Amino acid sequence: MIHFVLLISRQGKVRLTKWYSPYTQKERSKVIRELSGVILTRGPKLCNFVEWRGYKVVYKRYASLYFCMCVDQEDNELEILEIIHHYVEILDRYFGSVCELDLIFNFHKAYYILDEILIAGELQESSKKTVARLIAAQDSLVETAKEQASSISNIIAQATK
Amino acid sequence: MGRWRSPFFADMIRSIRACKTAAEERAVVRKECAAIRAAINENDQDYRHRNLAKLMFIHMLGYPTHFGQMECLKSIASAGFPEKRIGYLGLMLLLDERQEVLMLVTNSLKQDLNHTNQYIVGLALCALGNICSAEMARDLAPEVERLLQFRDPNIRKKAALCSIRIIKKVPDLAENFINPAAALLKEKHHGVLITGIQLVTDICKVSTEALEFFRKPKCLDGLVKTLRDVVNSPYAPEYDIAGITDPFLHIRLLKLLHVLGQGDADASDCMNDILAQVATKTESNKNAGNAILYECVETIMSIEDNGGLRVLAINILGRFLSNRDNNIRYVALNMLMKAITVDAQAVQRHRATILECVKDLDASIRKRALELVYLLVNESNVKPLTKELIDYLEISDQEFKGDLTAKICSMVEKFSPDKIWYIDQMLKVLSEAGNFVKDEVWHALIVVISNASDLHGYTVRALYRAVQTSIEQIVLMFLHQESLVRVAIWCIGEYGDMLVNNVGVLNIEDPITVTESDAVDVVEIAIKHHSSDITTKAMAMVALLKLSSRFPSCSERIRDIIVQNKGSLVLELQQRSIEFNSIVEKHQNIRSTLVERMPVLDEATFSGRRAGSLPATVSTSSGTSLNLPNGVAKPAAAPLVDLLDLSSDDAPVPSSSGNDFLQDLLGVDVSPASVQPGTSQAPKAGTDVLLDLLSIGSPPVQNNSTPSDILSSSQDNKSSVAILDGLSPAPSGGAASMIDLLDGFVPNSPKPEDNGPAYPSIVAFESSSLILTFNFSKPPGNPQTTLIQATFTNLSPNVYTDFVFQAAVPKFLQLHLDPASGNTLPASGNGSITQTLRVTNSQHGKKPLVMRTRIAYKLNNRDVLEEGQINNFPRDL
Repeated sequence: MIHFVLLISRQGKVRLTKWYSPYTQKERSKVIRELSGVILTRGPKLCNFVEWRGYKVVYKRYASLYFCMCVDQEDNELEILEIIHHYVEILDRYFGSVCELDLIFNFHKAYYILDEILIAGELQESSKKTVARLIAAQDSLVETAKEQASSISNIIAQATK
Repeated sequence: MGRWRSPFFADMIRSIRACKTAAEERAVVRKECAAIRAAINENDQDYRHRNLAKLMFIHMLGYPTHFGQMECLKSIASAGFPEKRIGYLGLMLLLDERQEVLMLVTNSLKQDLNHTNQYIVGLALCALGNICSAEMARDLAPEVERLLQFRDPNIRKKAALCSIRIIKKVPDLAENFINPAAALLKEKHHGVLITGIQLVTDICKVSTEALEFFRKPKCLDGLVKTLRDVVNSPYAPEYDIAGITDPFLHIRLLKLLHVLGQGDADASDCMNDILAQVATKTESNKNAGNAILYECVETIMSIEDNGGLRVLAINILGRFLSNRDNNIRYVALNMLMKAITVDAQAVQRHRATILECVKDLDASIRKRALELVYLLVNESNVKPLTKELIDYLEISDQEFKGDLTAKICSMVEKFSPDKIWYIDQMLKVLSEAGNFVKDEVWHALIVVISNASDLHGYTVRALYRAVQTSIEQIVLMFLHQESLVRVAIWCIGEYGDMLVNNVGVLNIEDPITVTESDAVDVVEIAIKHHSSDITTKAMAMVALLKLSSRFPSCSERIRDIIVQNKGSLVLELQQRSIEFNSIVEKHQNIRSTLVERMPVLDEATFSGRRAGSLPATVSTSSGTSLNLPNGVAKPAAAPLVDLLDLSSDDAPVPSSSGNDFLQDLLGVDVSPASVQPGTSQAPKAGTDVLLDLLSIGSPPVQNNSTPSDILSSSQDNKSSVAILDGLSPAPSGGAASMIDLLDGFVPNSPKPEDNGPAYPSIVAFESSSLILTFNFSKPPGNPQTTLIQATFTNLSPNVYTDFVFQAAVPKFLQLHLDPASGNTLPASGNGSITQTLRVTNSQHGKKPLVMRTRIAYKLNNRDVLEEGQINNFPRDL
């Protein structure tokens, strides 16, 4: 099971956190501090796994961002690397060559996509196409609602002119 | 314009990002929070979703945002999809399952789970799956169960993962999900299949009923077929990763097969062919393929034995181990640790490669490899392995030295074939990484040295040489090798004459000439060096006193050194300085007897004492906390307590000192609280000691009866009185064994105790017909390890066949089970099965042993399983 997902920039800024196991606010900041200390200082050629408090943290660097997932000792580290890559590819298709700024200004989109890939710390969907389709459908629901709202306010504005 | 300018809260993000200092950022956040609070107070609905998004961003920066929690709930309760979407996101981000506010959302969740819009149902399932509490799980389980049959597969897969969370929170609910989960296994949609398989795996972990259900050929064959289909599937672009169709599905299926095959030979048989196919056909040039192979090896190692498959698996690991990719080598080491219990020989073949990994640049790999090497050590390879590791200790990273030193010390203590080798290795470790050696390790070394009377001369000369060679780099020496210096000082103090007179030279030694004043020099350097700590200085002071008698010619010089500490600010040193000075100066006549060589330190006492550093629970808990068999029959302890109470009332002083004496002798928990005379704890601790004594004296069989029997039998009462008598100057006759025991401890009779302390036997498990007793012993010189002789007795009138005993221990313990004496247990107590367990307690002295046991046997061809947990081990094992 994945206990949490962290996206941390080279500078140690947190770009996304998702907790599937209960951690208090205090513990969360401590975890982030500890792990960025360990992971950001590791050299480029080393393996992508860090043992930490009886768990394993699997991380992978994409450009300026570190994608980290904390899993149980008995989980398959190599598979977690594939899950991270799966997520990155979906982000990449959604934003069209994703960069860190996309994830800053559209952080909520990054969360929505993650929620289509993982629930309860387990993998939900192995097809990138399906995830993209579901996100698009929900985005268009939001757009329709927005248009409706603006057309209603236009009608009200017209009527009260 | 950048495409990231579009969102409705970009202005805030931009202004936060523009901040140059943390103070500026705080000011911007404060302003934004104030505005959001104002909007909340006005119940502004138009900007609610924008404010929520801002709050989430602020939350990610680490600022408190609890005031926004209710906004999430309101947003979830609104009718539209956009509001709900951001509301649920906020709920998952800003709250966790332990917050009370979460309960308020149960009703909204329930409504949304029944919503006509499937995307809203999806949002609710996602939120529930990610943060639900046990209470919510109970309330909403029926809804989720129903959604497992929803028409849209995307809802079914979400419901499946949500069910996992529910059964993790409330395992009793697992059985409700067996049938709907079984239905998911027949689906074609990969999302549903993946989540369904995961759900089944998790159900099987909590419910044996489910495990049996899914092991049936009806289900198992289906799973094997699904795996075969996906393995042989033609190119499927939607699921393809590096030429493999859906590796995620592969891995989940393999994981489920692992759970189903473990401990079930028939089920394991069903999956042999497909596992062999996966192991041989999967491409290993990309990470995805390796992930599948890794999982496949794990499954092969866990299911019931099939020689051919295991060879295949070990070969894959061998290939992994020689891979140049660090990730692959890491997982290979990880898996070899599991493989070692299955096929130690095969793992030993890779020893050289593993040893190379200990020296890797990568800390993760080093750590894994070191642990693996530690498991590989045995009597036959301990010498070369230790040599390799000690050589590496010289050049290893500072941060790795701690782990490395601990492991080397532990393996030397555990497997050393003889004392001289042990002493040599420990001296090397102390010289290389003395500051990483724990106190108890060098204490143990001193005890061993003291016991090796034929090696005293050799050891003191070796230590002198070690200290001498590094004396030029004196600063380094004291920074890194304080423990080496301490051991050296102690030995020079004790055996200084042997150093100077070259007593007991072994033919492997180089000759060495040391004058008396050379020896004093070393001690003087230690006491004068500014970086020596108080312990070292105090030890040096005692050594000097001893040398003053051994080397009369240096007596004057030694007195001068001692006197220099007369003004020490440390009370301990000052006092010793003045006292020792007066001994050297005025009490020449008693000095030589006063500073006689220490009697041989008793290894058994020491290991008992090492264990005795347990927390004070021993003496503070009530008198009934004795480790009695099965923890029953407590009142029986009362007579003894009375006995001691009486005596302590009548004559408090002798009694309490008697307690101390006993405790000292036996090395039982000398925690400060229990040795204070006159405290109420003393008699209780005394009872423990008495009990220990009693069980030493009584034959093991007697321990099978309840303790009340032992205590109330007049004979034993007498003998406990005899113990007290034995403390008085004139020992009375009776209960000879007890007296012997005490005699054995008279300081001047050198009697090396190599057997380790004795421990009372316990009844580890008892059912209506089956009794399991444990007898304990400690191998000499190795206090962490306990040998447990387990004896099983069958009191029922029927023979038990296929008798198998299994045990599990927490991580701080290591357990090794020798083969049992048989697998058939005769009826009516006419014989027994014995089995030896070797337990190594890495937290020795801190944590007591615990163990879970599982006993399986066949009674009239019917399988019987008995499980239990053993908590009543003697404390100091």
